[in-house]
Amino acid sequence: MIGRSRSRREISLRTREALHGYGFILIWIVGFLLFTLLPLSETFHYSLNQVSVTATHINLDFVEWANYSRALFTDPNFVELLVGYTVETLVSVPIVLIFAMSIALFLNLKFRLKGLFRVIFFLPIVITSGPVIKELTAQGAASAPGIANIPAVVDFLAQLPRALRSPVEYLLTSFILILWFSGVQILIYLASLQKIDRSIYEAAAIDGASSWEIFWKIILPSLSMATLLNAIYTIVTLSHFSENRVIRYIYNQTYDVRGGIGYASAMAFIYFGVMIILLAAVYFFLMQWAKRESK
Amino acid sequence: MTRIIHHPTTDRLRSILFGSRAHRGVVFTIALYALLVAIGFVYLQPLLFMFITSIKSPGDLLNPMVQWVPTELYLGNYARSFRVLNYPQTLLASVLISVTPSLLQTLVASVVGYGLARYRFWGKPIVFLLLLITFIIPPQNTVIPQMLTYRNLGLLGSPLALILPALLGQGYRSAIFILIFYQNFVSLPKVLEESARLDGATDLRIFITIAMPSALPAYIVSFIFSTVWYWNETFLTTIFLEGGVTTLPMQLSRFAQAYENLYPPGGVSIFERLNEAVKMSGTFLNILPLLVMYFVLQRWFVESVEMTGITGE
Repeated sequence: MIGRSRSRREISLRTREALHGYGFILIWIVGFLLFTLLPLSETFHYSLNQVSVTATHINLDFVEWANYSRALFTDPNFVELLVGYTVETLVSVPIVLIFAMSIALFLNLKFRLKGLFRVIFFLPIVITSGPVIKELTAQGAASAPGIANIPAVVDFLAQLPRALRSPVEYLLTSFILILWFSGVQILIYLASLQKIDRSIYEAAAIDGASSWEIFWKIILPSLSMATLLNAIYTIVTLSHFSENRVIRYIYNQTYDVRGGIGYASAMAFIYFGVMIILLAAVYFFLMQWAKRESK
Repeated sequence: MTRIIHHPTTDRLRSILFGSRAHRGVVFTIALYALLVAIGFVYLQPLLFMFITSIKSPGDLLNPMVQWVPTELYLGNYARSFRVLNYPQTLLASVLISVTPSLLQTLVASVVGYGLARYRFWGKPIVFLLLLITFIIPPQNTVIPQMLTYRNLGLLGSPLALILPALLGQGYRSAIFILIFYQNFVSLPKVLEESARLDGATDLRIFITIAMPSALPAYIVSFIFSTVWYWNETFLTTIFLEGGVTTLPMQLSRFAQAYENLYPPGGVSIFERLNEAVKMSGTFLNILPLLVMYFVLQRWFVESVEMTGITGE
């Protein structure tokens, strides 16, 4: 009897706790419904329609999947832009990760003027914005100076098979631009590095491990979580960047007479789908790698 | 030969050059600094280039001999881009547009993060999944219906268009801030909370008097990052504020057009035409407030992740 009443009180306590918890996140749930789910489903609705907007009304004309098939099969630009985006993202992510990891490893060492270098290396966090990057690129400040114009390089590029040429070309012209997207990632790596217990290094060094071995056996495995976080962050930042060509194209189509809101919405959903596939692929790849590392 | 290799002096020399277990050698140190300087140059070079170009007079700009050192300090570009950008007004707009939503976003994110961290309830994994989704949804998947709704409500062009989502926890990249606060509050000892509860404190009171002060660094870091990201965000601001408030980056993105409105190409001498120097001075004026803020608050950027512990497992 006593046991039962206690368990009942426990249940009511848990309900109370849950209710209070919901109370704290209620504001977010309302926001999610109003500002994310509702517009998302409306955009999906638009993507199935031919939409025309007048001063007072939005006229919908149901066309099923016509907008999607137009984007994928008729539009001469969209698929090409999507492929370009995929290639550029897949080229950029490893570079950002490797670069951010090396910088973090350097900044984790002890040396003079470290504060100064840290301040310089985190600058991109503050100034990487669409218009600024656009101005810098326009002035030629974004590519490795002149490399893509050296005759030998031009010849080399011409020799490459077509599938390889565009990633390499992208790499040469936008290398520095890619580095500009590494600020937050360096921060995250650095924080994980500082969490590794110093005594592990010392123990390994006493056992005769070289710094090379320490890197592969101790540091890299303990950075796997940060790597995953950084990979996701990098893909999302690159995909949302306002100067991204796919985004620009979708944006321009929104206000285009031949395009319109319905068509732009369909493209936005295709783009979102490609983004999720990319994220999932990178996620599973890194999970496999982390599993192998931790064995 | 072996005598030379194993001679004490050679050993010392080798230790100085290549280092030992106790310290780094000279060769390694030089290589380290060379690399750091090279990478630092990659980041600073565009800024330096931008700044130097921005103080070049039209004559210097045309002179192929003048690369990195202008012959004179020419501030005419700044005078003109200051006018083209409508600086005082757009600067104020930018500050308001980035600071107000950031304050609200930080506050709401802390409330939501606290709820997720301190209470057990059904559906928490779903909430985390939805949080992740709000982070990865490209803005163009939600922006058009929002824009049309705002238009119907007469809110298009008003700062409210950015403030309302922030107020309901759907601001720019809000998922990151909620996770920062979640990480912070999840590691808060339960003891404090329980003793306060025994004293009869309500949940809200516990949150305000115990949790909030304990997370002060997270508040500051979130606020700073949120402000910077709102400042640099141009996609949403262009769509929601078009025709109303004009922020600095928005004005920069239509710089050429605004310049020609002020200085019609037919009416001015060749020296007054729009050139790279003017454009660069405009870009520099655009990032100047951020640079100032960064150098004043750099510790909060540099140590932000350690202070908020977002990488915590």
